[in-house]
Amino acid sequence: MTGSILFEAIVFLLGAIICVSIAKRLGLSSVIGYLLAGVLIGPYVLGFIGTEGEDIMHFAEFGVVVMLFLIGLEIEPKNFWDMRKTILGMGGLQVLGTILLSYILFTCLDFDWKVALVISMAVALSSTAIAMQTIKEKGLMDTTFGTSSFSILLFQDLIVIVMLGAMPLLGNSNTISSVDNHNEHVNLLDSLPMGLQTLAIILSVILIIVAGKYLIVPMLRKVAKTEVRELLIAAALLIVFSISFLMEYVGLSPALGAFLGGVVLSNSEFKHELESTLEPFKNLLLGLFFMAVGASINFIVIAKSPLTIGGLLLAIIILKAVVLFITGQIFKLKLDQKLLLTFGLAQVGEFAFVLLSFAFGLNILNQEQMDMMLVITALTMSLTPIISIVNERLILPRIGTKESVKRPMDHIAKSQKIILVGFGHFGSTVGRFLRSHGVEATILDQDSNRVDFLRKMGFEVYYGDATRLDLLESAGIAEAKILICAIDNPSVTKQVTKMVKAKYPHVELMIRVKNRYEAYDLLNLGMENIYRESLDTSLVLAKDVLSKMGFRKYTLNTQVHNFIKYEEAIIRRLAKELKPGDDSYIFKARQELEQQEKFLNEDFKRGIVDFDNHWDSEHIKKALEKSKD
Amino acid sequence: MKKILVLFSHPKFEKSRVNKALVDHIKDMEGVTFRDLYECYPSFHVDVEAEKELLKAHDIIIWHHPFYWYSCPPLMKQWIDLVLEFGWAYGPNGNALQSKTCLNVITTGGAREVYCSEGTNSFTVNQFLRPFEQTANLCGMNYLPPFAVMGTHQLTENQLNAYVTQYSQLIKLLQQNLALSEFNGCFFLNDIPQLQPQ
Repeated sequence: MTGSILFEAIVFLLGAIICVSIAKRLGLSSVIGYLLAGVLIGPYVLGFIGTEGEDIMHFAEFGVVVMLFLIGLEIEPKNFWDMRKTILGMGGLQVLGTILLSYILFTCLDFDWKVALVISMAVALSSTAIAMQTIKEKGLMDTTFGTSSFSILLFQDLIVIVMLGAMPLLGNSNTISSVDNHNEHVNLLDSLPMGLQTLAIILSVILIIVAGKYLIVPMLRKVAKTEVRELLIAAALLIVFSISFLMEYVGLSPALGAFLGGVVLSNSEFKHELESTLEPFKNLLLGLFFMAVGASINFIVIAKSPLTIGGLLLAIIILKAVVLFITGQIFKLKLDQKLLLTFGLAQVGEFAFVLLSFAFGLNILNQEQMDMMLVITALTMSLTPIISIVNERLILPRIGTKESVKRPMDHIAKSQKIILVGFGHFGSTVGRFLRSHGVEATILDQDSNRVDFLRKMGFEVYYGDATRLDLLESAGIAEAKILICAIDNPSVTKQVTKMVKAKYPHVELMIRVKNRYEAYDLLNLGMENIYRESLDTSLVLAKDVLSKMGFRKYTLNTQVHNFIKYEEAIIRRLAKELKPGDDSYIFKARQELEQQEKFLNEDFKRGIVDFDNHWDSEHIKKALEKSKD
Repeated sequence: MKKILVLFSHPKFEKSRVNKALVDHIKDMEGVTFRDLYECYPSFHVDVEAEKELLKAHDIIIWHHPFYWYSCPPLMKQWIDLVLEFGWAYGPNGNALQSKTCLNVITTGGAREVYCSEGTNSFTVNQFLRPFEQTANLCGMNYLPPFAVMGTHQLTENQLNAYVTQYSQLIKLLQQNLALSEFNGCFFLNDIPQLQPQ
């Protein structure tokens, strides 16, 4: 049944499309969808995919490599250097703590000390793929939780090299040569003494940095000049492949190398080009990876000893969670960020597959232990998104209340007239300008760390979730004149403004929106003051372009003013035309084009460039001649 | 009752004690449309059509503004430039404003004495206002002498109150269709007999 590659591809793609769209419809992370798809098409449910699932997993691990390259692209070298303390501190604490607790657990369960140690090392490592994919999907990379998770995962990427290196020392016999696992790297350094190995590793890191600057960037420039789009894709893949190959060759983690390569290239002009080129590859490969994990859950092993596996599964997750929580505590994360970290990284990750099969090859683990641990690893990974949902939907909303009770300062004693929700880049600019006029708005923000930071800067910022009516009430919504909604997330914006409009109709809502669709949505809900962040800036840019081309600035100024006025009128009219229901992505894209045409048409009809005769002597001359006739 | 449109232009209204007092007393009077141009058009993008509609709907136009460098503030000039269109306010078929009445209400820092050929300003207020006079004339409007609150720097509360009362009295008189002949010989509307304290 599984003979043809095409058939397999169809099974994977179909599984992904069906399950991920269902997961998304239910508001769940796409990771759950992929995992579910994997379980369904795997050997124990529908049986479309047999044991080759594991091979696919190793192939798809490349998605993690690409992902780390992309993450590296977003982190400039300077920021990376700034992170060194968190990486070593949080990462070191988490790995050592987990190994220690897990070792105690497994020796208590009468495992041989070597087995216990190997398992503990595997348990200490979390899943970069799952954690980072979830963080990116939710746009939390800039939060403390995001950077902490990332730091810990990066440290794990480093430490796994040491673990792999130490593994043979635990070997029961000299069977290294008979290691039969596909993931074992044939690596040139095994024969070299320790000192030379380290030297080679350092050299290869230097090589990546130097090559990034003097080889890769010039190459990309040449490629870009050809203006053949697919060459750039080829070049992007070549970079990632080469770095991975080099890293495997010297025995480093390819993901780590890719990350470094990304950091080196983050300052180059090709940053965004590389990002957009590699993004689809990453997403598909990661999807494949998650599906392979789902497919590799061995339900026969589970059925044999469900209690043992269930018990161990629970124990491992709790153990990891406890260590992460304590790590967060020591590094003074706020409660909500700490809980996100705790539940986000409490799984055993993909490195465990590598470590475990390596140990199996070295005869440290027997078949039974190996199967059991592989199942547990796959299960913890599958459970992570579910635990996260429980955390987000059931635990975090309650924490919010506790948090504000715990900080008496947050009790909003004086009710001010203006409430500003969301204090990110947009909201803080609004707040600063208001403050420069002596207007102290009551500011609400979700990120407790940002709240603390801004307080140190002298802002009056309160921590809390603005979708909670009770919080808005304690912020004085009843007496407020205006509520400024500067939230990034459209659905939260909608929720907040709808709620306020229904309960406190006297409060004037001033709403930041991202684009037209959001504007339509809110206009149809009866909101009046809508500020599209994409409108003003784009016109300022266009105005400057025309100015550089020789158009007069004053005329352009007037035109921008007219354009905005006219755009506002159109958007209000179109909002009525846009029927509810056809809001799926494809429809939107098509409508976008149609609208763009409509706009251009209206511009044309209106003759926007020559809108008045003010200061136009030609016009007067003509009229005078006419009256003479 | 004649309908009055007060077109008020002041770039720093919030800092002007005298204008605040003057405006406060007349802006809500019956039959008066008060229009704060700097509030309506902060970016100088005057809505010409809307302004034309307003002009059409009123009989008397008051340009109320402080005297800046012997003239009006820039937005008021912008208003004149844009709204008084060729072919509408003047020129062929430009008779929309025919036989309406027009005047300036101004505030000046300097006292009346310095606005004469012997004074530091060399010319009289009426001379400085010639461009406005001729603008009104070209549009076929009857241009009245200005109502002026002068020497605002040294104005006492009592003096200011007197001016404020005079301004609202003047508006009432204008609404009752004061005959043009009654202004003859006066350089300022302040000086007409009806506005003198009994």
